[in-house]
Amino acid sequence: MKRRKLDMAALPGRAAREVDDRLGVNTPLRSLLNKVFPDHWSFLLGEIALFSFIVLLLTGVYLTFFFEPSLTEVTYNGSYAPLRGAHMSAAYASTLDISFDVRGGLIVRQMHHWAALLFMAAIVVHMLRVFLTGAFRKPRELNWMIGYLLFWVGFLAGFTGYSIPDDGLSGTGLRIASAIMLSIPVIGSWITSSIFGGEFPGEIIISRFYIAHVLLIPALLVALISAHLGLVFKQKHTQWPGPGRTNSNVVGERMFPRYAIKQGGFFMIVFGVIALLGGLVQINPIWLFGPYEAAVVSAASQPDWYVMFLDGSTRLMPPWEINIPIGDGYVIPPLFWPTVVLPGILVVLPLAYPFIEARLNKDRRIHNLLQRPRDVPGRTALAAMAVTFWLVLTLSGANDVIADKFFISLNAMTWVGRIGLIILPPLAYYVTYRICLGLQQHDREVLAHGVETGIIRRLPNGKFVEVHQPLGPTDEHGHGTLEYVGWAVPKKMNRLGALGPAIRGFFFPIEKPVEAPVSPGHPPVEPRSERQEVGSGGSR
Amino acid sequence: MSTRTDAHSNQVVDNPREPFDVNDPRLSRFDLVREGARRDDIEIVHYEPQFPPGSRAERRIVRTVASIFLLVGVSATAFVAAYIWWPWRYEHGTGASKYYTPILGLTLGIALLGIGFGILIWGKKLLPKEVSIQARHDEPASEEERRLTGNTLLYMVDELGIRRRPLLGVSLLAGLAPVGAVAAAPLVGGLIQQPHKNNQMFTTGWKPITENGTTRLVRLTHHDGTPVRPEDVSPGGQITVFPGIPGGATNKYADSPVLLIHLRPDDAAAARAANERAGHADYMWGNYIAYSKICTHAGCPASLYEQQTNRLLCPCHQSQFLITDNARPIFGPASRRLPQLPLTVEDGFFAAKSDFTETVGPDFWERP
Repeated sequence: MKRRKLDMAALPGRAAREVDDRLGVNTPLRSLLNKVFPDHWSFLLGEIALFSFIVLLLTGVYLTFFFEPSLTEVTYNGSYAPLRGAHMSAAYASTLDISFDVRGGLIVRQMHHWAALLFMAAIVVHMLRVFLTGAFRKPRELNWMIGYLLFWVGFLAGFTGYSIPDDGLSGTGLRIASAIMLSIPVIGSWITSSIFGGEFPGEIIISRFYIAHVLLIPALLVALISAHLGLVFKQKHTQWPGPGRTNSNVVGERMFPRYAIKQGGFFMIVFGVIALLGGLVQINPIWLFGPYEAAVVSAASQPDWYVMFLDGSTRLMPPWEINIPIGDGYVIPPLFWPTVVLPGILVVLPLAYPFIEARLNKDRRIHNLLQRPRDVPGRTALAAMAVTFWLVLTLSGANDVIADKFFISLNAMTWVGRIGLIILPPLAYYVTYRICLGLQQHDREVLAHGVETGIIRRLPNGKFVEVHQPLGPTDEHGHGTLEYVGWAVPKKMNRLGALGPAIRGFFFPIEKPVEAPVSPGHPPVEPRSERQEVGSGGSR
Repeated sequence: MSTRTDAHSNQVVDNPREPFDVNDPRLSRFDLVREGARRDDIEIVHYEPQFPPGSRAERRIVRTVASIFLLVGVSATAFVAAYIWWPWRYEHGTGASKYYTPILGLTLGIALLGIGFGILIWGKKLLPKEVSIQARHDEPASEEERRLTGNTLLYMVDELGIRRRPLLGVSLLAGLAPVGAVAAAPLVGGLIQQPHKNNQMFTTGWKPITENGTTRLVRLTHHDGTPVRPEDVSPGGQITVFPGIPGGATNKYADSPVLLIHLRPDDAAAARAANERAGHADYMWGNYIAYSKICTHAGCPASLYEQQTNRLLCPCHQSQFLITDNARPIFGPASRRLPQLPLTVEDGFFAAKSDFTETVGPDFWERP
């Protein structure tokens, strides 16, 4: 029998043909490889959240191999000498074991915690980016809502994870959570006893939180993240205005190879930063807090940063108790307002924001081009107002530490927070609005009069004038005729390419060469010439 | 922007292309790539390498990326070596084991960052810069298409005939609603707990114990269970005490911890006068006074005792309670005073005369 010669070079082609015969992936695959993504640094913020989530899943699975979610009382007999012989829950003891008796367990635990903090931080910053640039407008309202829910589901993931080691801080947090549930009118005590399986702390709460933390909430997160990314993919990413960029096209790089490579590199960088933090920067040293005991607490007991605004709102709330004199009397405790009502408002209002804005502006068009924050002063000022509100609450969540470190009266700090919460947000609104208008005006001014050259010319009559470089053709008054198109106006001569080549420094060019006069990262682009429709397999 | 956009998309530029022969041997691979992109409605309008191939600048970048990848290998090897050979067991005090986690973090971080930067430099510097334009095609489907889809959906409803056969719909609802309840019942029924079982929200470990017809008062004990004598607390001092019952100091009795304070004589007189005003005339014993440690706001232990001003501060939300005035809240979010434990002394040891007469811990709706 004649042995057929194996042609190695033709092998991939043959394999690909066989796969395509069966799956029919050829054309969809090519359009996937070629999908164009617009590029801008601010589009990477959401990816930090996605990458942190991947790290969370990896490290979290590792931790489940060693963690025992149980409130059964045990006597600690591990390596950490100061706690040896102490009675504690199995959950706390196994967390100590992860930290001291599992080789390399501590770095994984700390990476998990850092990744969680980074996840929430990236979500918040990404959300601000989306808000400030108007990326949530039609057709992307649904994705805004999914993203916003992701914050709150992430919040729950963080809180349940923070609670299950059963150390001094997490037990105190649980106690406060039970008080928050208790404060709900009519059904509060029923909810609390149902969740805790009786009176606080009961014996079941850690295992219930555990299954929520490792299964229910992550499953929800994965589902929401998939929907979020799927919608980004389907609706295509928004882009900044610029040469050749219109509401109906995407200008950028094809996904493969360059864009995907940059994504992969960025993932490794996020992973690397989390590894450095996990190894070098201590976080949540539960062995210092001791096991949870109802009678023990220390000052400066702060939750993770994304919960601190609720802690702050609780601290600032005046002791307004509502008594309802029916029968034996009923109470709505002051705790109810800052911890149930406020978060309730915070959950609902932003979900509806895209629709509220569209309604106010009577705007029913599709928007694929982003807006510069200065061009929408009202929205930008609203964001500044919200951030200020949040910042006052968050700082108030640490007001005892601030009072201690700066020798300020604690009561004064509380009053500063109470008054600041009312005064500062409107102030931030006003100031931001004015700044936006000022920036807008400056853009128009440069377009009309040109860039300041720094050259002063003396006229024959002794008068001094400053020479301006117009950006384009001028009318009979010497005013520029360029219209503002929603993107950065060059305001310095070197942004116009008017300076010589960059001077090279030791590590990096001291003066970065100008890459493009208007849009970052890309050379100027001519509008694409319209072509006849070519029949293709892709429906997009 | 929108005016520009509309004007642009209304432009019709007729630009018929030459027929493209995929098998033409003169075509480069990039020509094929560009044609593939075209067929996906993507125009590659700009594509050029950043350095001339083989130039010094390019070779320098290649060297940089290569050395970064070698550094990754070194760092990852160092991680594995440290993981295996560096002493890792916790030892009290100082020692090499203190550096175990930092070394792991440093080597792992450098390795991962190295991969990241290596790939990024490779992608950003060695791959050609490109600008491609893809049409969005996100115009909504035409009215005609929508009408067809809508009618397809409505046709399904027609076929089921719920309009024509209302009995089916009603009976389906009537049948499915209990099935929904079946799904919910085990969950709700299993989780739900009566919050007032054994009057648990109004009793604590201090309730006197009735056994065989005799009633025994509960003693105040230290954390280790030894009973507390008046001499154990010096004037101006305070200790945390627990009910002297089995497990009294554990979280099973999370509502029971009490702060026992030995007031100085003049403070004690003020506290006693305030007690009398509140109808708690005999709650103190001598100059000793005892309050629940569980904050009435959110349940943290209100345990920071400020001796000079006789205030108790809760470190969680900074509610402050005035000891000499029935632990009345004088600052912060708490709205209700700390419950006072009536004290007595039996055989030289402190005991609780009765359980608290007010509700301990955070407030709730049905608290009278």
